[in-house]
Amino acid sequence: MLILAARRFVSMALIMVVISFTLFAIFESDKLAVAGKVLGPYSNTEQRELWLEQNGYNEPFVERYFTWVFNAMRGDFGDSIQFKAPVADIMWPRLGNTAILAGLYMLFMIPLSLTLGVIAGMKEGSFQDRAVSVGSVLTTSVPEFASATFFTAVFVFALGWFPGTAAMTDGFSWAEIFLPVLVLVMYGFGYTARMTRASMAEVMTSHYIRTAVLKGIPYRRVIMKHALRNALIAPFTVIILQLNWLLSGVIVVEVFFAYKGFGKLLLDGALFGDIYVIEACTLVAVFVAVFSQFISDIGYTLLNPRIRFT
Amino acid sequence: MTAETQNNDTTPSALGKFFTSVGLLRESPIAIFGLSLILFWVILAILAPILPLYDPNAPLEPFKFPLDGSAKNDGLYWLGTDHKGRDILSRVIFGAQQVLVWATTATAVAYIVGMLMGVVAGYLGGWWDEVISFISNILLSFPVIVLYIIIITYLGATGFNIVLAVTFASAPGIMRIVRGLVLDLRTRDYIFAAQTRGESPLYIMIVELLPNARGPLIVDACLRLGYTTITIAMLGYLGLGLPPPDPDWGKMIAETQPLGSFAGHMAVVPAVAISSLVLGFNLLADGLREISMKD
Repeated sequence: MLILAARRFVSMALIMVVISFTLFAIFESDKLAVAGKVLGPYSNTEQRELWLEQNGYNEPFVERYFTWVFNAMRGDFGDSIQFKAPVADIMWPRLGNTAILAGLYMLFMIPLSLTLGVIAGMKEGSFQDRAVSVGSVLTTSVPEFASATFFTAVFVFALGWFPGTAAMTDGFSWAEIFLPVLVLVMYGFGYTARMTRASMAEVMTSHYIRTAVLKGIPYRRVIMKHALRNALIAPFTVIILQLNWLLSGVIVVEVFFAYKGFGKLLLDGALFGDIYVIEACTLVAVFVAVFSQFISDIGYTLLNPRIRFT
Repeated sequence: MTAETQNNDTTPSALGKFFTSVGLLRESPIAIFGLSLILFWVILAILAPILPLYDPNAPLEPFKFPLDGSAKNDGLYWLGTDHKGRDILSRVIFGAQQVLVWATTATAVAYIVGMLMGVVAGYLGGWWDEVISFISNILLSFPVIVLYIIIITYLGATGFNIVLAVTFASAPGIMRIVRGLVLDLRTRDYIFAAQTRGESPLYIMIVELLPNARGPLIVDACLRLGYTTITIAMLGYLGLGLPPPDPDWGKMIAETQPLGSFAGHMAVVPAVAISSLVLGFNLLADGLREISMKD
């Protein structure tokens, strides 16, 4: 087990190195462009070169890369051009806000999709199976910006139950975060539900379930004790790996509801050309994605009783 | 260059079989419903230039509600007009053209690249496999939206760059599927037969392997078409999409969303449009999977 974890860890580190180097090469190989972004479009070449000299940009490329990585690991990502403040001071609170959003999403999505998936997979081809399958196709076909439009039309403009934005200007508000989470859950639960359904349906056809039923064990007990444990291994991986594309939905929702989160910061940085914000955000996003892959690999091998370590 | 003809790009050298499988669709009502949704938009998009529509970019009268008959030129705004007075029906239909053309082009290019990578990695193996798999793993480590943002902000928001970004994001996933299929297929007798005949690896990969891997790929291509449609509209929504003024479903939502309190239809119409098109692709994929499971 430790060997496997170590091997995964090494490959994770290798991927991070390659990605960070690529990112650095994309964003900072053209030094004058960096200076141009920092000093603004009206700076002349002399000013830009002076700035490059003062900020250590005339070192060899590889050396600059190592300084950059070292600083990033200490949490120093440079100063944001747009906000005129250290990127770290802006990014971490934003990441916290997004973590709240993603956490609430997971909190509702996981029980909902697992329950629906298990109910559907228990009896393949039954009415509840068809209903869950069709329902999840329907909801996964409505992208976040579309469902957000529908929900605001109904709940904000027609019924007036919730506010249409989630800017949280007066501190955290449950009413404001309700719609963003609802939008994310609507789009996201279908995929996990379908995976759970497939996994459950497969388990239900296996011999040990048939044996358990034939032995006369009550059906409820067969499901709870025998089927669930094996059926939930695959969904676990799916849920963790969702973090990877959850970010797309999170960005859309944060833009739609004006929620001050990490995704909106990344998008604003990209649209503004705020180079250090883009670098820091992409680095953090990729790290979270790679780390979640690591966790899902390790978790899968731990959960799956068929994989044994000797 | 219609969207319909490009649809076939994902199944090269299998045109005849493609049509037989269309005949098979009769077995699945879900697939037929999905296909009709897609065809509805495809036909509207093709007919757009000859339909009696207003110019999608012409400012007429702002903030007309659907079926408002009070247009000054005796016309009728079936779906109303937007904040700039442009006819929403016309913008939705011309937007369908945009999204269908770019989604199919992007998916087709991603498929060609992904299939080539997958068949090379799976059939030649060795270093080819190592290198291609490593590159794919790196690309798959990125959250897709980060790839899109980096590529599009760095290279600019043009149709070509959107195709490029979709290819970067999708090709690794396609490569993994194709590689898995090829690893299984390469041990079949007909491959040995071709090798014994002295066929070149290129011939075996293109003529023998890829056509035989098409089953699961068609289902996956349908799902990806739906997903790419979402992606293109999402990029439009986030301000990273195709440049104005041509209508784009995502941008239509983004532009009119703040005005939703008194003219909600302006954003709801494109939202319904995109959802129905994506639903079509997803249902078709579902139906096709069901049919292929029966055999």
